[in-house]
Amino acid sequence: MKRRIVTAVLLAAVAGTVMAQDKVLRIVPHSNLAILDPIWTTAYMSRNHGYMIYDTLFGTDEKNQIKPQMVESWSVSPDKRLWTFKLRKGLAFHDGKPVTGEDVAASIARWGKRDAMGSALMTFVDRMDAPAADTFRIFLRETCGFVLEALGKPSSNVPFIMPKRIAETDAFKQIEEHIGSGPYLFVKDQFKPGDKAVYVKNPKYVPRKEPPSGTAGGKHVYVDRVEWNLALRDAQAQVNALQKGEVDIIESLGFDHYETVKKTPGLQIPRYANVDLQYMARFNHLHKPFNDAKVRRAVLAAFAQEPFLKAQVGVKELYKTCPSMFTCGTPYGSPAGSDIQSKSNMKKAQELLKASGYDGTPIVVMKPTDLAAIQKLPDVAAQLLRQAGFKVDLQAMDWQTLVGRRAKKDPIDKGGWHMFLTAWNGHDIWNPIANPTMDTRGEASGWFGWGKDDKILELRNQFMRATDEAQKKKLAEAIQTRAFEVGTHVPLGEYAQPMAARKNISGFFITNGNLYWNLKKN
Amino acid sequence: MFTFLARRLLATIPVLLIVAVLVFLMLRLTPGDPAAILAGDAANTEQIAQIRAGLGLDRPIVVQFGIWAGKLLGGDLGESFYYKQPVTALIAQRIEPTLSLATLTIVIAVLVSVPLGVLAAWRFGSGFDRALMGFSVMGFSVPVFVLAYILIWLVSLKLGWLPVQGYQRLADGFWPYLRHLLLPSITLSIVYVALIARVTRASVLESLGEDYIRTARAKGLPELRVLVRHALANAAVPIVTVIGIGIALLIGGVVVTESVYAIPGLGRLTVDAVLARDFPTIQGLILFFSVVYVLINLLVDLSYVFLDPRIRY
Repeated sequence: MKRRIVTAVLLAAVAGTVMAQDKVLRIVPHSNLAILDPIWTTAYMSRNHGYMIYDTLFGTDEKNQIKPQMVESWSVSPDKRLWTFKLRKGLAFHDGKPVTGEDVAASIARWGKRDAMGSALMTFVDRMDAPAADTFRIFLRETCGFVLEALGKPSSNVPFIMPKRIAETDAFKQIEEHIGSGPYLFVKDQFKPGDKAVYVKNPKYVPRKEPPSGTAGGKHVYVDRVEWNLALRDAQAQVNALQKGEVDIIESLGFDHYETVKKTPGLQIPRYANVDLQYMARFNHLHKPFNDAKVRRAVLAAFAQEPFLKAQVGVKELYKTCPSMFTCGTPYGSPAGSDIQSKSNMKKAQELLKASGYDGTPIVVMKPTDLAAIQKLPDVAAQLLRQAGFKVDLQAMDWQTLVGRRAKKDPIDKGGWHMFLTAWNGHDIWNPIANPTMDTRGEASGWFGWGKDDKILELRNQFMRATDEAQKKKLAEAIQTRAFEVGTHVPLGEYAQPMAARKNISGFFITNGNLYWNLKKN
Repeated sequence: MFTFLARRLLATIPVLLIVAVLVFLMLRLTPGDPAAILAGDAANTEQIAQIRAGLGLDRPIVVQFGIWAGKLLGGDLGESFYYKQPVTALIAQRIEPTLSLATLTIVIAVLVSVPLGVLAAWRFGSGFDRALMGFSVMGFSVPVFVLAYILIWLVSLKLGWLPVQGYQRLADGFWPYLRHLLLPSITLSIVYVALIARVTRASVLESLGEDYIRTARAKGLPELRVLVRHALANAAVPIVTVIGIGIALLIGGVVVTESVYAIPGLGRLTVDAVLARDFPTIQGLILFFSVVYVLINLLVDLSYVFLDPRIRY
C-alpha cells in the first residue's frame, strides 16, 4: 500500500510538473488501447503500451540482430545448458525499487505461459534462479538454439520485465498495477479508455550509451509527456488534425491519404520500419476441399501477389512482392520452395485444380468490411479463385465477427469457414518458431486453420535445437520448402505501413514499429 | 398528477425488464466472440478458450443471465470485458461530452428553428417560406458526416476559427469547452433545425387560421404579440413533442458526430463496445438509453399540462 502511495505521489508530481511545460508529443495510435497487460494479450496496442513503460532484457536492432538492453553481460556454459545474465547497474522500477534477478525470473516465467515462442522456450527450461540481486540464470534440460531470440523478440508477446509481485499474477488474469522500468511512466489516473492515454518521462531512466536502433540501444526521451489520442479514429479527421497541428504523429496513415500528406507543406512521412508487414491468406485445413494439399497448391498457383498488393496498397513505392513465408530482409527470408507461387500462372492453377478432383464445394471466404487495412484482399482472392475454377461464397462481415468465427472449427454448414486474409507485423512471422502457421500440430493446438504436418514439426524441432546460424538458415529453408509443398497458407506480399508526422518532429529511427523515444519536438 | 406519475414510473419496470432480456439474448445470438477479440490476432484457440472461461462465457446462457440479472437488481451493471472497469464508471466518464453535445445541439436547434418556423408561417407562400422549406429538405437529406467534413474544411482548416476535433471538459474552462463543442453541435443541429422548423411552421400556420387569432388582431394587439402569445403558444404541444422525439433521436445522431469529431462520449463508447462485443457495456448502455427515452417521454407528457390548460392527468 505504502509503495502504491509513493508511486502515485511520484506520478502526480511528475505529471503536474510537466503539464506546466509544453513538450507534449500528441500521437494518434493505430487503434484503441484497452488492455494494459502486454503479456495477457497479443494485441499490438498493448505491446506498444508495454514498450512505453517496460524495458526488455534484449532488443532487436535495425539489422535484426539481438542486442543487450537491460543485460550488461551474459555467459553460456560449455555444454550450453546454463545461461547466466548480469543486469546493468542503475535499473530501477518506477516505484523506486531496483530491478533484480528475481523480478526477471518471475517475468520470464509468466511470459513463458502466454507467448508462443516463450512457451517453446519453456519446454527447454529446467529452472531459473537469481543467485545475486543483479544476476539471473536459466538452466536448460537440453541445448536450445533460440534463447536470445526469444528474450529479445520484438513483437507480441514481448518479454517485458515487471516487478516480481506483479509478474506473479496468474498468467491468465490481467495485471492491475502498471509499473515497469522503461523510459516512460504510465499516468493511470489520466487514462481514459477510448479517449486518452498519458505517459510522462521517467526522470530516473538510465539509457544505454549506444544509439537507438530497433528495440535496442539508448532510449532517450526528449519530451516531457506523450499523449495517445484514442478518440480520433476517423482517417480523414486524423489528417485534418495533423494539418491543423492538433496532433503531431499519425501512427498508421491510410494509403488513400499517403499522396496528400506527402505533398502537404509542414508534414512528413518518416521512414521508420526495418521490416515490412506481410499479407497472408490462410486456409482452414480441417474441411474439404482445403483438407487436401493438392487443392491448396492450386490456390498457391492462382494467388500471384501483385494483384493483391496493387488493389490493397495501391502506392507502388509502399509494397513489394516477397516469395518468402518468413519476412523478406530478415535472416530467414528466402525464396526456397516458392516456385509454385512465384512462377505461377492461372493456367497452371486450373490444371492443378482439375487434377485434384475438386468437387465444386463453394469456398467460404470471409471479408471484413470495416477494416480498411485488409478489406480489399478478399475481393481479389475471390476473383482469382473463380478464375482458377473454384466456386466462391464471399461472405461480408465486420472484423470482430470474423475474429470470432475464425476460431470455430465447425463444419461449413454450421458457420465454419474456408479462408480468411490478414496482415502480420514482419517480426511476428520472421522465423519458424514465431510464425504461427509453422505450428503444424493440427487440431490439437496451433493457430486458426489448424494445419497439420509432421515433417514441418520435425524440422521445426531441429531448428529449435540448432545453435549454428548456417544450419538454422538451412533448416528454415527446408521448413519453408515443405510449407509450400503442403500449402500451409499463401504469402501475399509485403508492404510498408506509412506513418505521418508534422515536420517539427525529429529523431525518428529505424525500428520494428511504433516506439516513441528519441523523438524531439521543436 | 401524482397518480399519473407513479403509474408511468411503474410502467417503466416491465419495459426495462423486457429490454434487459431481449438485449441479453440478442447479444448472445450475434456472431463474434469477445474472447477472440481480447486475445489478439496471434492468439491460438487454446488461449481464446482460457479467456472465454475467465469471462464466464463458457457457462450456460441461463446461468450467465442469472448472474447478470442478480447484479443488476443491486444496481451493478457489471464490468466491461474490454476495459476491465465497471460499466457504470464508463458511462459516468462519457456522459458529460454526450450531454453537452446534445444540450447545445438542441439549444441551437430550438433557438434557430422556432423563430424561422413562425416567420415562415407568418409569411406563408413568400420567398422566405419557400427558401426555408428548401433548406429543410436539404437539412434532412445531407448525411451528418458529409456536413461535418464540409464544416471542418471551411471553419477549421480554411478559416481556422475552431478546432478540428476533440473535447475539453467544462472543468478545464468554459471557452475551450465551448470552442470544441460548437462545430459538432452546429453539424448535428442542422437536421433538427429542419425538422423543428417544418413542424413549427405547420403548427403555427394552423393556429393562425383560428378564430382567436382573428379576435386578437381585431382587438388591435401588435402582430408580434399575436404570433408569440397566441399562435405559438397554442401550437406548442406538437412542437414540444417533436423536440422531445428529437432529443431521444439525438442519442443515435451523436454516434456519427462523436466519431468524426473524436468526442469521447456515449456514442463512441457504444460503437467501441459493439465492435469489441463487450456484452456488459452494451447491455448497460442500452438499459441506460432506455431509461433516458422513458424519462424524456414522461417529461414531454408532463409538459403538456403547462402548455395546454385543457390537459389534466
